[in-house]
Amino acid sequence: MRLELGEIHISDIKLGDCSKVENGTLYVNVEELRALLLEDEDLASVDFEVVHPGESVRVLPVKDVIEPRVKVEGNGGVFPGVISKVGTVGSGKTHVLKGCAVVTTGKVVGFQEGIIDMSGPGADYTPFSKLHNLVMICEPKEGIKQHQHEHAIRMAGLKAATYLGELARTLTPDETKVYETSGVMSGKEKYPDLPRVGYVLMLQSQGLLHDTYVYGVDMKRSMPTILNPTETMDGAILSGNCVSACDKNTTYHHLNNPVIADLLEQHGKTLNFVGVIITNENVYLMDKERSSDWSTKLAQFLELDGALVSQEGFGNPDTDLIMNCKKLEAAGIKTVIITDEYAGRDGASQSLADADPAADAVVTGGNANMVIHLPKMDKVIGHPEAANIIAGGFDGALEPDGSITAELQVITGATNEMGFNKLSAR
Amino acid sequence: MSFRVVHYINQFFAQIGGEEKADYAPEYREGAVGPGLALNTAFKGEAEIVGTVICGDSYFNENLDAAKATVLKMISDAKPDVVICGPAFNAGRYGVACGTVAAAVKDELGLPVVTGMYEENPGADMFKNKVYIIATKNNAAGMRQAAPKMAALALKLAKGEKVGASAEEGYMPNGLRVNFFEAERGSTRAVKMLLNKLAGKPYTTEFPMPSFDRVAPGPAITDLAHTTIALVTSGGIVPKGNPDHIESSSASKFGRYDISSFEDLTAADHETAHGGYDPVYANEDADRVLPVDVLRKMEKEGKIGGIYPYFFTTVGNGTAVASAKKYGEAIGKELRDAGIKAAILTST
Amino acid sequence: MVKEIERAGVTVVHMCTVTPISMTVGANRIVPTIAIPHPLGNPALTHEEEFELRYKLVEKALKAFQTPVDDQTIFD
Repeated sequence: MRLELGEIHISDIKLGDCSKVENGTLYVNVEELRALLLEDEDLASVDFEVVHPGESVRVLPVKDVIEPRVKVEGNGGVFPGVISKVGTVGSGKTHVLKGCAVVTTGKVVGFQEGIIDMSGPGADYTPFSKLHNLVMICEPKEGIKQHQHEHAIRMAGLKAATYLGELARTLTPDETKVYETSGVMSGKEKYPDLPRVGYVLMLQSQGLLHDTYVYGVDMKRSMPTILNPTETMDGAILSGNCVSACDKNTTYHHLNNPVIADLLEQHGKTLNFVGVIITNENVYLMDKERSSDWSTKLAQFLELDGALVSQEGFGNPDTDLIMNCKKLEAAGIKTVIITDEYAGRDGASQSLADADPAADAVVTGGNANMVIHLPKMDKVIGHPEAANIIAGGFDGALEPDGSITAELQVITGATNEMGFNKLSAR
Repeated sequence: MSFRVVHYINQFFAQIGGEEKADYAPEYREGAVGPGLALNTAFKGEAEIVGTVICGDSYFNENLDAAKATVLKMISDAKPDVVICGPAFNAGRYGVACGTVAAAVKDELGLPVVTGMYEENPGADMFKNKVYIIATKNNAAGMRQAAPKMAALALKLAKGEKVGASAEEGYMPNGLRVNFFEAERGSTRAVKMLLNKLAGKPYTTEFPMPSFDRVAPGPAITDLAHTTIALVTSGGIVPKGNPDHIESSSASKFGRYDISSFEDLTAADHETAHGGYDPVYANEDADRVLPVDVLRKMEKEGKIGGIYPYFFTTVGNGTAVASAKKYGEAIGKELRDAGIKAAILTST
Repeated sequence: MVKEIERAGVTVVHMCTVTPISMTVGANRIVPTIAIPHPLGNPALTHEEEFELRYKLVEKALKAFQTPVDDQTIFD
């Protein structure tokens, strides 16, 4: 597949009368966008705020972060099977509004949403403090069930990102990146001497607020399968989960998967990036055994020499991670795994719930139990008291002066296990 | 005002002699000796070695208690702010001596202390979890690289500054995970690690696999019909409203609630506080996580003697092993004191 | 927690779904359960069927209590 990703650099967002992109500024007509989103009867209201890097503002609880993109040429449309009709994506031309994102927030659906601080110590731990964000505060209709509530906010975020992405359709990109991948046979012919490397992308699939969707399919209902690396760039994989904000893969992470980017960077030079194997993290032991058997089987089928495995979440998925790693190594495929840690506030506890000597090459996104003090911000968008109950927070986490003392867990994307950040631990 | 440092070295580095002088008894000299000069330079005026304690490696290891006491007194008499031992590189007896002195300085004198040695030095495994050990090369040619790291860490400790991760400061991983920012993002580090692994080149894992201790299995219950069973769960089942606000993740406490009046748990009286799984099913019927209804039936049928009147609950989501250990100890103590011999623990 | 309670002299049966974690961490008597969000239940069944299922699982726990073990054992 060949995909041209054209980036339009956005350096500001302003609310205005007409939605457009001009000279690097994204103008948004919120009335128009609001009308579009309120077509969903499960939403009672949607309000908008714009936040910029460096501002003293906090957003919580954060549900998802989505980057505006649009398919300009080639098969399918962005977010296939969910927003666009189903159709294989990942080839042709796609435009991206780079430097901005849609952030969804609103009443807490469950225990898992997170915090984004645009300045201060908290800003160092989330990549989203570096973006200009259009924050959408979505409130549900009274009495709707949790599943409906989650669905409504998820769809609102995707629709808004699609609406904004559309503004980039006829623009000339500031920068274009070209990605080209080969099929199995032609790849082998082209790069006979390079090690064959695959990426096993583990997706959270454990139920309400813990799900991931691939071309609209709930990943818990899917067997592990193969994707072309560029399909994720058009939104083939979407987030329906905030598993603990720090190690949840937001939709933004899926669109900008750093493992895929770094492997493509090396493709044809130091390695042959053969493909992506996506697998799930289900709640039944038999599913865990079956999925890890299947991922390994696919890796062997592709005759991989090496595999990079990224996890999503922690706790029982540590078993999926270790099973994947053990079985790949036993099949002779050299493996590196990317995870994060829950080593306790003092860093002294075992960081993973499961372990095996075969997992001897580990990259870590840091200890999520580390305690952080987030100073009060001049402005808080959303519901500040959520800090007391979200994962990583506790009763009293929100102090009377507005500051928050909680674990790193609460910060959206802080210990991301795709290796998106530079945070690590030793 | 510069910090006062006392330096501990062996007979070789004090240029007294080699093996033939390894029985040298402890001696205190004013100022810096041998490698102490390199350390002084590295301090850049912020600290100064006021005195050096010299001891032969054989003398120290063969007269452990007496030598330790003498050395400790010499050190404390000099009133240092921080102590440095070695570096010992790959010299085994020297490494053990440095580690022993450092641990004693920390525990008995309550002073900050740094030592250094090669990772294969027997002193390393013995002491790396007790004191900071800077990882050095395996011979004295590594002094140029070791001295600045030891000096820097010593200054940080003397100033009471926060110590960074082992990879940042250069000390051997000591069992405490510390976050820090790498130069490159995780995915890039992972790709590089994989390329090294594929090429058969050396690589260093960022996280060595943990090990878990074991406990001997409890005895089989011979008279179940007259045994009271206690119920414990990590699935976060709590009375409706979570009255004690047990956290949805990384629980800081466990709850102890009366179930003596319950035949069955329902959505009206119980819910889950656990943030790591879809709560819908547990909220509908908490018996799906804490099987009170079944155990009550078994009690009526005479299969078990009864259910302990209190159940214990916490949230296992992202809760550190050390925390869980604490709660387990407290719960175990209560059950033991109450004469309870059997417990079912359910997890999600 | 399982190990600490057992260390106190109480015989413990760990009823859990992800038995590899229980094995790695070191529980001695393990009974595998249905699924993470409902270890002792199955919402696809009727209330009566679920009670039956739950009863059978707890019976395994009772069997585990009565069985002397030297090493980690899964009671399937």
